[in-house]
Amino acid sequence: MSKRIVHYINQFFGGIGGEEKADVRPEMREGVVGPGASLAQALGEDYEIVATIICGDNYFGENIDEAVAEIMEMVKKYEPDVFVAGPAFNAGRYGVACGTIAKAVAEQLEIPVLTGMYEENPGADMFRKDMLVVATPNSAAGMRKVVPVFTTLIKKLANGEEILGPAEEGYLERGIRVNYFAEERASTRAIEQLLRKVKGEEYHTDYPMPVFDRVDPCGAVTDVSKIKIAIVTSGGIVPQGNPDHIESSSATRYGIYDITGMDTMSPEDFMTVHGGYDRQFVLQDPNLVIPLDVLREMEKEGRIGELANYFVTTTGTGTSTGNAKAFGEEFSKKLLADGVDAVILTST
Amino acid sequence: MVKEIERVGIPVVHMCTVVPISLTIGANRIIPAVGIPYPLGDPTLGEVESKKIRRNLVERALKALETPVSGQTVFED
Repeated sequence: MSKRIVHYINQFFGGIGGEEKADVRPEMREGVVGPGASLAQALGEDYEIVATIICGDNYFGENIDEAVAEIMEMVKKYEPDVFVAGPAFNAGRYGVACGTIAKAVAEQLEIPVLTGMYEENPGADMFRKDMLVVATPNSAAGMRKVVPVFTTLIKKLANGEEILGPAEEGYLERGIRVNYFAEERASTRAIEQLLRKVKGEEYHTDYPMPVFDRVDPCGAVTDVSKIKIAIVTSGGIVPQGNPDHIESSSATRYGIYDITGMDTMSPEDFMTVHGGYDRQFVLQDPNLVIPLDVLREMEKEGRIGELANYFVTTTGTGTSTGNAKAFGEEFSKKLLADGVDAVILTST
Repeated sequence: MVKEIERVGIPVVHMCTVVPISLTIGANRIIPAVGIPYPLGDPTLGEVESKKIRRNLVERALKALETPVSGQTVFED
Protein backbone atom coordinates (compact mmCIF):
# COMPACT_ATOMS: atom_id res chain seq x y z
CA MET A 1 0.00 0.00 0.00
CA SER A 2 1.35 3.40 -0.86
CA LYS A 3 2.18 5.99 1.81
CA ARG A 4 -0.40 8.72 2.23
CA ILE A 5 0.36 12.44 2.23
CA VAL A 6 -1.90 15.42 2.95
CA HIS A 7 -0.69 18.71 1.53
CA TYR A 8 -1.52 22.22 2.81
CA ILE A 9 -1.25 25.25 0.50
CA ASN A 10 -2.61 28.81 0.41
CA GLN A 11 -5.19 30.36 -1.89
CA PHE A 12 -2.54 31.59 -4.29
CA PHE A 13 -0.83 28.25 -4.86
CA GLY A 14 -4.26 26.61 -4.81
CA GLY A 15 -5.22 28.63 -7.86
CA ILE A 16 -8.16 30.31 -6.13
CA GLY A 17 -6.75 33.83 -6.40
CA GLY A 18 -4.36 36.43 -5.03
CA GLU A 19 -4.79 38.87 -2.18
CA GLU A 20 -8.44 39.51 -3.06
CA LYS A 21 -9.13 35.87 -2.17
CA ALA A 22 -6.90 35.75 0.91
CA ASP A 23 -9.93 35.51 3.18
CA VAL A 24 -11.24 32.20 1.84
CA ARG A 25 -11.97 29.55 4.44
CA PRO A 26 -10.23 26.17 4.37
CA GLU A 27 -11.41 23.74 1.74
CA MET A 28 -10.30 20.25 0.92
CA ARG A 29 -9.78 18.73 -2.48
CA GLU A 30 -9.08 15.12 -3.32
CA GLY A 31 -5.64 14.50 -4.75
CA VAL A 32 -3.02 16.93 -5.97
CA VAL A 33 -3.38 20.70 -6.47
CA GLY A 34 -0.73 23.18 -7.66
CA PRO A 35 2.79 22.60 -6.32
CA GLY A 36 1.78 19.13 -5.12
CA ALA A 37 2.02 17.93 -8.71
CA SER A 38 5.79 18.22 -8.87
CA LEU A 39 6.12 16.57 -5.45
CA ALA A 40 3.84 13.70 -6.47
CA GLN A 41 5.77 13.13 -9.65
CA ALA A 42 9.12 13.06 -7.87
CA LEU A 43 7.83 10.83 -5.07
CA GLY A 44 6.80 8.09 -7.45
CA GLU A 45 4.03 5.55 -7.18
CA ASP A 46 4.72 4.31 -3.66
CA TYR A 47 3.53 7.67 -2.32
CA GLU A 48 0.23 9.39 -2.87
CA ILE A 49 -0.92 12.92 -2.10
CA VAL A 50 -4.42 11.88 -1.08
CA ALA A 51 -5.77 15.35 -0.38
CA THR A 52 -4.86 19.02 -0.62
CA ILE A 53 -6.16 21.56 1.87
CA ILE A 54 -6.34 25.15 0.66
CA CYS A 55 -6.84 28.13 2.98
CA GLY A 56 -6.60 31.89 2.51
CA ASP A 57 -3.64 33.44 4.32
CA ASN A 58 -5.72 36.24 5.81
CA TYR A 59 -8.44 33.88 6.97
CA PHE A 60 -5.80 31.79 8.69
CA GLY A 61 -3.96 34.76 10.20
CA GLU A 62 -7.10 36.45 11.50
CA ASN A 63 -8.89 33.31 12.76
CA ILE A 64 -6.03 31.09 13.88
CA ASP A 65 -7.98 28.93 16.35
CA GLU A 66 -10.95 28.33 14.05
CA ALA A 67 -8.74 27.69 11.02
CA VAL A 68 -6.59 25.18 12.89
CA ALA A 69 -9.66 23.38 14.23
CA GLU A 70 -11.29 23.17 10.79
CA ILE A 71 -8.13 21.96 9.08
CA MET A 72 -7.40 19.38 11.80
CA GLU A 73 -10.78 17.77 11.13
CA MET A 74 -9.92 17.54 7.43
CA VAL A 75 -6.47 16.06 8.06
CA LYS A 76 -7.84 13.46 10.51
CA LYS A 77 -10.18 12.00 7.92
CA TYR A 78 -7.32 11.06 5.64
CA GLU A 79 -5.01 9.45 8.22
CA PRO A 80 -1.88 10.54 6.39
CA ASP A 81 1.60 9.14 7.02
CA VAL A 82 3.13 12.58 6.45
CA PHE A 83 1.68 16.12 6.49
CA VAL A 84 3.36 18.62 4.17
CA ALA A 85 2.74 22.39 4.29
CA GLY A 86 3.91 24.84 1.62
CA PRO A 87 6.65 25.57 0.81
CA ALA A 88 5.96 29.21 1.63
CA PHE A 89 9.22 30.65 0.23
CA ASN A 90 9.35 34.28 1.47
CA ALA A 91 5.59 34.81 1.95
CA GLY A 92 5.32 35.82 5.61
CA ARG A 93 1.67 35.12 6.40
CA TYR A 94 1.80 31.87 4.41
CA GLY A 95 4.93 30.84 6.31
CA VAL A 96 3.31 31.50 9.67
CA ALA A 97 0.21 29.56 8.56
CA CYS A 98 2.30 26.58 7.37
CA GLY A 99 4.24 26.48 10.63
CA THR A 100 1.17 26.88 12.82
CA ILE A 101 -0.87 24.16 11.16
CA ALA A 102 2.07 21.75 10.84
CA LYS A 103 2.89 22.19 14.52
CA ALA A 104 -0.73 21.49 15.47
CA VAL A 105 -0.83 18.36 13.31
CA ALA A 106 2.44 17.10 14.78
CA GLU A 107 1.36 17.72 18.36
CA GLN A 108 -2.28 16.69 18.25
CA LEU A 109 -2.27 13.91 15.65
CA GLU A 110 1.33 12.76 16.14
CA ILE A 111 1.92 12.65 12.40
CA PRO A 112 5.36 13.60 11.01
CA VAL A 113 5.25 17.04 9.35
CA LEU A 114 7.39 18.95 6.90
CA THR A 115 7.32 22.50 5.59
CA GLY A 116 9.67 24.80 3.70
CA MET A 117 10.54 28.50 3.85
CA TYR A 118 13.14 31.05 2.94
CA GLU A 119 15.30 31.62 5.99
CA GLU A 120 14.18 35.25 6.36
CA ASN A 121 10.49 34.31 6.34
CA PRO A 122 9.19 35.33 9.80
CA GLY A 123 7.71 31.84 10.09
CA ALA A 124 11.18 30.32 9.85
CA ASP A 125 12.40 31.59 13.20
CA MET A 126 9.03 30.91 14.78
CA PHE A 127 8.93 27.22 13.84
CA ARG A 128 12.42 25.94 12.97
CA LYS A 129 12.79 24.50 16.45
CA ASP A 130 9.47 22.68 16.23
CA MET A 131 9.79 20.88 12.91
CA LEU A 132 11.78 20.28 9.77
CA VAL A 133 11.67 23.47 7.69
CA VAL A 134 13.31 22.94 4.31
CA ALA A 135 15.52 25.90 3.42
CA THR A 136 14.09 27.29 0.18
CA PRO A 137 14.99 30.16 -2.15
CA ASN A 138 12.95 33.33 -1.63
CA SER A 139 10.48 32.80 -4.47
CA ALA A 140 8.43 30.04 -6.06
CA ALA A 141 10.86 30.09 -8.97
CA GLY A 142 13.04 27.93 -6.73
CA MET A 143 10.46 25.13 -6.44
CA ARG A 144 12.30 22.81 -8.80
CA LYS A 145 15.43 23.12 -6.71
CA VAL A 146 13.71 22.08 -3.48
CA VAL A 147 11.56 19.22 -4.81
CA PRO A 148 14.36 16.64 -4.34
CA VAL A 149 14.97 17.90 -0.78
CA PHE A 150 11.28 17.57 0.02
CA THR A 151 10.93 14.12 -1.53
CA THR A 152 13.94 12.71 0.33
CA LEU A 153 12.64 14.02 3.65
CA ILE A 154 9.03 12.95 2.97
CA LYS A 155 10.22 9.39 2.24
CA LYS A 156 12.38 9.30 5.36
CA LEU A 157 9.58 10.62 7.54
CA ALA A 158 7.04 8.22 6.07
CA ASN A 159 9.32 5.26 6.74
CA GLY A 160 10.69 6.42 10.08
CA GLU A 161 14.25 6.60 8.77
CA GLU A 162 17.00 8.63 10.40
CA ILE A 163 17.10 12.31 9.48
CA LEU A 164 20.68 13.56 9.19
CA GLY A 165 21.90 17.06 10.09
CA PRO A 166 20.58 20.29 8.56
CA ALA A 167 23.55 20.74 6.23
CA GLU A 168 23.23 17.19 4.84
CA GLU A 169 19.45 17.23 4.42
CA GLY A 170 18.87 20.87 3.46
CA TYR A 171 16.62 22.07 6.28
CA LEU A 172 16.98 25.00 8.68
CA GLU A 173 18.82 24.31 11.91
CA ARG A 174 16.54 23.20 14.70
CA GLY A 175 19.00 23.89 17.49
CA ILE A 176 19.27 20.18 18.27
CA ARG A 177 22.61 18.67 19.24
CA VAL A 178 23.27 15.07 18.25
CA ASN A 179 26.25 13.22 19.74
CA TYR A 180 28.66 11.48 17.40
CA PHE A 181 32.25 10.32 17.47
CA ALA A 182 34.47 12.77 15.61
CA GLU A 183 37.64 11.53 14.00
CA GLU A 184 39.73 14.28 15.58
CA ARG A 185 39.53 15.16 19.23
CA ALA A 186 38.26 18.59 20.30
CA SER A 187 41.67 20.18 20.95
CA THR A 188 42.87 19.23 17.47
CA ARG A 189 39.69 20.55 15.85
CA ALA A 190 39.95 23.78 17.81
CA ILE A 191 43.53 24.40 16.70
CA GLU A 192 42.64 23.61 13.09
CA GLN A 193 39.72 26.03 13.18
CA LEU A 194 41.82 28.71 14.82
CA LEU A 195 44.49 28.36 12.14
CA ARG A 196 41.89 28.58 9.39
CA LYS A 197 40.42 31.67 11.03
CA VAL A 198 43.85 33.31 11.32
CA LYS A 199 44.51 32.57 7.64
CA GLY A 200 41.17 34.12 6.74
CA GLU A 201 39.83 30.80 5.46
CA GLU A 202 36.32 29.46 5.89
CA TYR A 203 35.74 27.51 9.10
CA HIS A 204 32.72 25.89 10.72
CA THR A 205 32.36 26.19 14.44
CA ASP A 206 31.25 23.08 16.35
CA TYR A 207 28.78 25.11 18.33
CA PRO A 208 27.29 28.23 16.74
CA MET A 209 26.07 30.83 19.22
CA PRO A 210 22.41 31.82 18.93
CA VAL A 211 21.74 35.29 17.60
CA PHE A 212 19.22 37.32 19.59
CA ASP A 213 18.83 40.68 17.98
CA ARG A 214 16.66 42.35 20.53
CA VAL A 215 16.45 45.97 21.56
CA ASP A 216 15.43 46.84 25.10
CA PRO A 217 12.22 48.84 25.25
CA CYS A 218 12.57 52.59 25.69
CA GLY A 219 11.13 54.14 28.80
CA ALA A 220 7.53 55.29 28.72
CA VAL A 221 6.49 58.74 27.55
CA THR A 222 5.27 60.69 30.58
CA ASP A 223 2.66 62.78 28.82
CA VAL A 224 1.74 62.41 25.14
CA SER A 225 0.12 65.85 25.16
CA LYS A 226 3.57 67.37 25.30
CA ILE A 227 5.40 65.36 22.66
CA LYS A 228 5.98 65.21 18.94
CA ILE A 229 4.84 62.02 17.24
CA ALA A 230 5.75 60.72 13.80
CA ILE A 231 4.05 58.02 11.73
CA VAL A 232 6.01 55.27 10.01
CA THR A 233 4.42 52.48 7.98
CA SER A 234 5.27 49.31 6.09
CA GLY A 235 1.88 49.51 4.36
CA GLY A 236 3.16 50.93 1.08
CA ILE A 237 1.35 54.29 1.25
CA VAL A 238 2.79 56.75 -1.30
CA PRO A 239 1.67 59.93 -3.06
CA GLN A 240 -0.46 59.26 -6.16
CA GLY A 241 1.82 58.19 -8.99
CA ASN A 242 4.47 56.79 -6.62
CA PRO A 243 7.09 59.44 -7.50
CA ASP A 244 10.00 57.56 -5.92
CA HIS A 245 9.07 54.20 -7.47
CA ILE A 246 8.87 52.31 -4.21
CA GLU A 247 8.49 48.64 -5.10
CA SER A 248 5.23 46.80 -4.48
CA SER A 249 7.21 44.00 -2.84
CA SER A 250 10.81 43.34 -1.81
CA ALA A 251 11.40 47.07 -1.34
CA THR A 252 14.84 48.53 -1.78
CA ARG A 253 13.67 52.09 -0.99
CA TYR A 254 11.54 54.03 1.44
CA GLY A 255 9.96 57.46 1.15
CA ILE A 256 9.34 60.47 3.37
CA TYR A 257 6.27 62.47 2.37
CA ASP A 258 4.88 65.78 3.49
CA ILE A 259 1.52 66.08 5.24
CA THR A 260 1.75 69.72 6.30
CA GLY A 261 -1.68 71.33 6.48
CA MET A 262 -3.55 68.11 5.69
CA ASP A 263 -6.37 66.98 7.98
CA THR A 264 -6.86 63.59 6.41
CA MET A 265 -5.21 61.15 4.03
CA SER A 266 -7.16 61.92 0.89
CA PRO A 267 -7.39 59.12 -1.69
CA GLU A 268 -6.85 61.83 -4.30
CA ASP A 269 -3.40 62.53 -2.89
CA PHE A 270 -2.30 59.13 -1.67
CA MET A 271 -2.46 55.49 -2.72
CA THR A 272 -0.82 52.21 -1.73
CA VAL A 273 1.54 50.17 -3.86
CA HIS A 274 1.77 47.29 -1.38
CA GLY A 275 1.60 43.99 -3.28
CA GLY A 276 0.86 41.86 -0.23
CA TYR A 277 -2.76 42.64 0.59
CA ASP A 278 -6.03 43.46 -1.11
CA ARG A 279 -5.71 47.22 -1.65
CA GLN A 280 -9.35 48.11 -2.39
CA PHE A 281 -10.14 49.47 1.09
CA VAL A 282 -6.94 51.44 1.59
CA LEU A 283 -7.13 52.96 -1.91
CA GLN A 284 -10.49 54.43 -0.85
CA ASP A 285 -9.31 55.48 2.60
CA PRO A 286 -5.54 55.66 3.24
CA ASN A 287 -6.32 56.70 6.84
CA LEU A 288 -6.77 52.95 7.45
CA VAL A 289 -2.97 52.71 7.38
CA ILE A 290 -1.82 56.28 8.18
CA PRO A 291 -4.31 57.48 10.84
CA LEU A 292 -3.81 61.13 9.94
CA ASP A 293 -7.47 62.09 10.40
CA VAL A 294 -7.63 61.07 14.06
CA LEU A 295 -4.10 62.22 14.89
CA ARG A 296 -4.91 65.69 13.51
CA GLU A 297 -8.03 65.80 15.65
CA MET A 298 -5.98 64.77 18.66
CA GLU A 299 -3.40 67.43 17.84
CA LYS A 300 -6.13 70.10 17.71
CA GLU A 301 -7.70 68.85 20.94
CA GLY A 302 -4.31 68.90 22.65
CA ARG A 303 -4.44 65.13 23.22
CA ILE A 304 -1.02 64.94 21.57
CA GLY A 305 1.54 67.70 21.48
CA GLU A 306 2.44 67.78 17.82
CA LEU A 307 2.40 65.57 14.74
CA ALA A 308 5.54 65.53 12.61
CA ASN A 309 4.79 67.11 9.24
CA TYR A 310 5.71 64.00 7.27
CA PHE A 311 5.38 60.25 7.34
CA VAL A 312 7.95 57.58 6.53
CA THR A 313 6.85 54.68 4.35
CA THR A 314 7.92 51.55 2.58
CA THR A 315 6.45 48.23 1.47
CA GLY A 316 6.86 45.47 4.03
CA THR A 317 6.02 42.43 1.95
CA GLY A 318 8.98 40.34 0.84
CA THR A 319 11.37 43.08 1.95
CA SER A 320 14.56 41.62 3.36
CA THR A 321 15.27 42.23 7.01
CA GLY A 322 18.62 43.61 5.90
CA ASN A 323 16.94 46.34 3.83
CA ALA A 324 14.37 47.11 6.52
CA LYS A 325 17.14 47.49 9.09
CA ALA A 326 19.08 49.82 6.79
CA PHE A 327 15.96 51.97 6.18
CA GLY A 328 15.34 52.16 9.92
CA GLU A 329 18.92 53.11 10.72
CA GLU A 330 18.81 55.89 8.17
CA PHE A 331 15.44 57.51 8.83
CA SER A 332 15.76 57.20 12.61
CA LYS A 333 18.59 59.73 12.42
CA LYS A 334 16.22 62.16 10.75
CA LEU A 335 13.52 61.48 13.35
CA LEU A 336 16.03 62.25 16.09
CA ALA A 337 17.26 65.38 14.34
CA ASP A 338 13.67 66.58 13.93
CA GLY A 339 12.96 66.17 17.62
CA VAL A 340 10.48 63.32 17.28
CA ASP A 341 9.72 61.91 20.74
CA ALA A 342 7.70 58.82 19.81
CA VAL A 343 6.67 56.82 16.74
CA ILE A 344 3.52 55.01 15.75
CA LEU A 345 4.47 52.31 13.24
CA THR A 346 1.64 50.66 11.34
CA SER A 347 1.81 47.37 9.44
CA THR A 348 -0.74 45.67 7.24
CA MET B 1 12.44 49.25 11.33
CA VAL B 2 10.79 49.08 14.76
CA LYS B 3 14.02 47.96 16.38
CA GLU B 4 16.14 50.58 14.67
CA ILE B 5 13.79 53.34 15.85
CA GLU B 6 13.90 52.02 19.41
CA ARG B 7 17.68 51.56 19.20
CA VAL B 8 18.20 55.32 18.79
CA GLY B 9 16.09 55.89 21.89
CA ILE B 10 12.71 56.80 20.42
CA PRO B 11 9.85 54.80 21.97
CA VAL B 12 7.73 53.16 19.28
CA VAL B 13 4.40 51.38 19.26
CA HIS B 14 3.75 48.79 16.55
CA MET B 15 0.14 48.61 15.34
CA CYS B 16 -0.08 45.44 13.32
CA THR B 17 -2.43 42.66 12.31
CA VAL B 18 -0.22 39.60 12.59
CA VAL B 19 1.02 39.83 16.17
CA PRO B 20 3.25 36.71 16.00
CA ILE B 21 5.31 38.38 13.26
CA SER B 22 5.68 41.52 15.35
CA LEU B 23 6.85 39.39 18.30
CA THR B 24 9.36 37.58 16.11
CA ILE B 25 10.90 40.75 14.69
CA GLY B 26 11.22 42.21 18.18
CA ALA B 27 8.69 45.01 18.67
CA ASN B 28 8.28 45.86 22.35
CA ARG B 29 4.93 47.68 22.43
CA ILE B 30 2.35 45.96 20.21
CA ILE B 31 -1.26 46.89 19.49
CA PRO B 32 -3.20 44.19 17.60
CA ALA B 33 -4.97 45.88 14.67
CA VAL B 34 -8.23 45.03 12.93
CA GLY B 35 -7.46 43.21 9.71
CA ILE B 36 -4.76 42.87 7.09
CA PRO B 37 -6.45 44.92 4.33
CA TYR B 38 -7.64 47.50 6.90
CA PRO B 39 -5.49 47.60 10.05
CA LEU B 40 -6.89 50.85 11.50
CA GLY B 41 -10.64 50.83 11.06
CA ASP B 42 -13.27 48.66 9.46
CA PRO B 43 -14.69 50.13 6.23
CA THR B 44 -17.31 47.38 6.06
CA LEU B 45 -19.07 49.11 8.98
CA GLY B 46 -19.21 52.49 7.24
CA GLU B 47 -16.99 55.56 7.47
CA VAL B 48 -18.18 56.87 10.83
CA GLU B 49 -17.83 53.57 12.68
CA SER B 50 -14.52 52.86 10.94
CA LYS B 51 -13.10 56.16 12.14
CA LYS B 52 -14.33 55.50 15.68
CA ILE B 53 -12.47 52.22 15.70
CA ARG B 54 -9.37 54.00 14.42
CA ARG B 55 -9.57 56.69 17.09
CA ASN B 56 -9.92 54.01 19.75
CA LEU B 57 -6.90 52.10 18.41
CA VAL B 58 -4.73 55.23 18.26
CA GLU B 59 -5.87 56.11 21.77
CA ARG B 60 -4.67 52.69 22.92
CA ALA B 61 -1.37 53.22 21.08
CA LEU B 62 -0.84 56.49 22.98
CA LYS B 63 -1.58 54.74 26.28
CA ALA B 64 0.92 52.01 25.34
CA LEU B 65 3.55 54.70 24.81
CA GLU B 66 2.78 56.03 28.29
CA THR B 67 3.07 52.56 29.84
CA PRO B 68 6.47 51.38 31.12
CA VAL B 69 7.31 47.88 29.83
CA SER B 70 10.23 45.61 30.68
CA GLY B 71 9.97 43.41 27.59
CA GLN B 72 7.74 42.60 24.64
CA THR B 73 4.17 43.50 25.57
CA VAL B 74 0.98 42.98 23.59
CA PHE B 75 -1.67 45.48 24.65
CA GLU B 76 -4.97 43.65 24.26
CA ASP B 77 -8.13 45.73 24.63
